[in-house]
Amino acid sequence: MSDAIVVEKLTKKFALGVLQRDTMLRERLVSLLRSPFGGRSGSENILWALRDVSFRVAEGEVVGIIGRNGAGKSTLLKVLSKITYPTSGRVRVAGRVASLLEVGTGFHEELTGRENVFLNGSILGMKKNEVESKLDSIVAFAGVERFVDTPIKRYSTGMRLRLGFAVAAHLDPDLLIVDEVLAVGDAGFQRKCLNTMEELQSGGRTVLFVSHNMAAVENLCSRCIWIDAGQVQMDGTPREVIEAYMKTFGGFQGAAADLSSIENRRGSGEIRYTGIEYLNRSGEPLSVIRSGDSVVIRLRYHASQEVSHPSFGFRIYTEMGTLVTDTSTWHHAIEIPLVPAGDGYVELEVDLLNLLPGRYYFSLWLTGAGSPLYDNIEHCAFLEIELANVYSSGKALDSRYGIVYFPQRWHLEGIGSGSRTSDQEESQVERTPADGISR
Amino acid sequence: MAAIDTRLPVVRGTSSVNVEFISDFWHYRELLYFLAWREVKVRYKQAALGAAWAIIQPLFTMIIFTLFFGRLAGVPSDGIPYPLFSFCALVPWTYFAGTLSLAGNSLVSNANLVTKVYFPRVLLPAATVVSGMLDFLIGSVFLFFMMIYYHVKPGWNLLFVPVFVVSLMLLALGISMLLAAINVRYRDVKYALPFIIQIWLFVTPIIYPVTFLPAKYQKVLALNPMAGIVEGLRACLFPNHPMPWRLVEISWSVTALLLIAGALYFRKTERTFADIV
Repeated sequence: MSDAIVVEKLTKKFALGVLQRDTMLRERLVSLLRSPFGGRSGSENILWALRDVSFRVAEGEVVGIIGRNGAGKSTLLKVLSKITYPTSGRVRVAGRVASLLEVGTGFHEELTGRENVFLNGSILGMKKNEVESKLDSIVAFAGVERFVDTPIKRYSTGMRLRLGFAVAAHLDPDLLIVDEVLAVGDAGFQRKCLNTMEELQSGGRTVLFVSHNMAAVENLCSRCIWIDAGQVQMDGTPREVIEAYMKTFGGFQGAAADLSSIENRRGSGEIRYTGIEYLNRSGEPLSVIRSGDSVVIRLRYHASQEVSHPSFGFRIYTEMGTLVTDTSTWHHAIEIPLVPAGDGYVELEVDLLNLLPGRYYFSLWLTGAGSPLYDNIEHCAFLEIELANVYSSGKALDSRYGIVYFPQRWHLEGIGSGSRTSDQEESQVERTPADGISR
Repeated sequence: MAAIDTRLPVVRGTSSVNVEFISDFWHYRELLYFLAWREVKVRYKQAALGAAWAIIQPLFTMIIFTLFFGRLAGVPSDGIPYPLFSFCALVPWTYFAGTLSLAGNSLVSNANLVTKVYFPRVLLPAATVVSGMLDFLIGSVFLFFMMIYYHVKPGWNLLFVPVFVVSLMLLALGISMLLAAINVRYRDVKYALPFIIQIWLFVTPIIYPVTFLPAKYQKVLALNPMAGIVEGLRACLFPNHPMPWRLVEISWSVTALLLIAGALYFRKTERTFADIV
């Protein structure tokens, strides 16, 4: 097999001073006047976005790139897409490249759907007659047939995304470079994206894609590269790389998250959250949480003074910011007459965490009677839900199948070989999760 | 097995720039067309008077100039009716000024494209240079009717019009490349541009003919490449107006210099656009 991508000793550094957006000539002049002989300040202002990165990708490989935010993943994709240039090292890319770093790049609000398809297609490297021949198929794929001559400023966000992705899906490239496109849009859109990438994969195309969606990486990719601090940390099968990568989150997730040092919070602060922990029923920290597990969520707080009638609550959001649930002691009509000054915690026991794999964010809130806000921290912790065989059918449900699942049973009268049931006890569904409050 | 695509040559970190600057124009002509087409489409959308603005702007400037400079100040116009004299210069000037102010900001206002997709960056200012031609053509049609109204019949020099239009576009492109590239790093361009354009209007023989100035100032004025283009176009249209070849030659030389300087500076800085825009 020949190489589709060859990356050799790729290095990209940014001088942080130059990164500032509104660079003014005046600032340069001022700094020149202040220290006419002083050179540019030294190494502390240099950011190594990529450092000595080398790898090869063979034709037909589907490579997932994972890593934390700011690890250099996007910079790598940008260098491969020729958008930005490396400081040193070289890159060789074979064939027709489509890079999708954003859905709907160059869309103009005032132009119609049809016009934007031409514009976007042309920006992504399609020829005019190619767009013409694929126009119907693109519009059908996006499901915007009725609005094709409407300016896209009248489109909903979802329609816009679908149209943008539809164009990209019709690029027919030899190499597709995708940056976290899956992080936007609803579940249906994401599923469409994943299906298209699966098709490309089975069509023997090379795909390189960055994602925080570990389930998608594991399902789609034949190989996974983990980038950290601008360097290749690990390169191997998705399973082993993801496992190693997830282990580095031990401090964040699983065990606990320390919230006491978070500055970005609202509320008057008489009582504040100081930590969140995920435990099993016997009170041991959980490092891996799977769909369907039972979980105890412990919220630690510190009260600087006596607080009467508080309500402890939190919201869970998907990675796309969809509110999954908001729950609290108030929702359960639990009266807490008084919380004395000092440290303590409350616990929420969830019998069956019916969230599908993915990352979920917590926003915590704490209010008093008459709803003064004591504390509110948005997206302060997350929970990574791992794949599980929730229906005991051998089919693991990943994020393509939605956000939640329900313990369930199919009844097939006379057409199947008997009814199949999940191994979940149905009685659990009826029960409300018990709240526990302890001191 | 796919061959190495010539469109995506080896990306090296070294400073050797082997971007095929001119052949890119040809290779990406469709994108140039679409970007220009987008600008045209968008320009007068939701404007009640639409493309009429292409005429209204130079027309009203012409009326003001005719009143204040032609009538009140008594500025001579080489025997051509003053409205015609000034309008004929205002059509290329409006194009030039409009293109500069749009193209100068083109890289910054299209930052989302620059940071998300690869294409030759020069297409952005170039698209503005091309799209402005539509307004120029609309203005020219209006000028044509004015000439009929004033019973002015052009001579054989009319054949030179395309030459001057092309040099006008090349001049606009050269300066636009320079301004757009500088603007990526120094946003001062955005503030300086309206001011520069205003001054430039007065050092271009639009309100007055070159012959209005003393001989020694005429030489200085010649360094302004717009002077040769404006006076050259007048000579194309008005038979009693001889072609000022000396002025035109200087204008072309300066245009060539600006075009080369613009292209070189653009090429040199192009690679950093996505990082600092």
